[in-house]
Amino acid sequence: MSAAEAADLGAIGAILAMAATTYLMRISGFWLMGRIPLSPRVRRMLDVLPGSVVVATVLPLVAQAGPAAAVGVVVVIGLMMLRRNEFLAVFGGVAAVALIRAGEL
Amino acid sequence: MIGARDLARWSLSGIREGARLSLPLLPGTVVFAAAFGALAAQKGLSLFEATLMSALVFAGASQLVAMEVWTSRWSFGAVLTLALVTATVNMRFMLMGASLRPWFGALSPWQSYPVLLLTVDANWLIAMSPRGSRASHLEVFVGSGLALWAFWVAATVPGYLLGALLSEPKRFGLDFILPAFFAALLIPLWRGPRRAFAWLIAGGTALAIAQLTPGWWFIIGGALAGSVAGGWLDERS
Repeated sequence: MSAAEAADLGAIGAILAMAATTYLMRISGFWLMGRIPLSPRVRRMLDVLPGSVVVATVLPLVAQAGPAAAVGVVVVIGLMMLRRNEFLAVFGGVAAVALIRAGEL
Repeated sequence: MIGARDLARWSLSGIREGARLSLPLLPGTVVFAAAFGALAAQKGLSLFEATLMSALVFAGASQLVAMEVWTSRWSFGAVLTLALVTATVNMRFMLMGASLRPWFGALSPWQSYPVLLLTVDANWLIAMSPRGSRASHLEVFVGSGLALWAFWVAATVPGYLLGALLSEPKRFGLDFILPAFFAALLIPLWRGPRRAFAWLIAGGTALAIAQLTPGWWFIIGGALAGSVAGGWLDERS
């Protein structure tokens, strides 16, 4: 690794932009909730939001990645329901995808 | 239902208790961070850049997604795209932060805003989930957050060094780590059909947007649709 590579200013700037954006996300919801009243409807909207983000991220990614990824998701969810162990579930899902792809080759 | 553990208390023993509660999640964190390190090596980041990103951003899903849009030439537009994608993937932190208001709202801003630096899925889930512990939500959040951060940053390094050796990351399913981790997150969030219905709306909308538009808008669009649907659904149904 050369010195120029280690101190690529563009990349450092990109990382700082990511960090600033992420911190803004981390504080803005908290800040906002100090200013607007939590009606039952807002509460219900917040309640379903984390899962909605998860599903809205996973489904298109899996649809794009093909049948191996779909099987992988079933494995992950199955293992989570049986064991409640994220490590095991993610490992099992990734292993299933790798195996299916190995069979396709 | 405000009990002793709901109050914003600080104590070293409580923070240690929070770190202890994160133990079951540490192996997954290490593997996830190592996977990020491996991908970063593949995409041409230096070891310093990869570790710096883990230390400052500390948000696995967005770091993995960032590798999809990473480039070797940084124009203003490229940085803006990266920031936008990061915002989309990490928008859920806004919601988590919003849900933390009842517990951290009593702190002074000098305490609550630095504490929120530690927000990730894992410590939020641990701090929110009911358990027998005597530690406060704040102590659990901070203790588990610090432990997760330390392991996250440290595990990036061996992942990077290993990843530089792997020639075909797809063959080992590395590209599936992000969807797998997200799918696993869904199970502890399960509370019955009302949430599931909203999630279905979110997923359907996201699929449609992904078909119609390039980029990562499907995450924001799908999540908002699901949230609005959840807001209109009656609590009893």
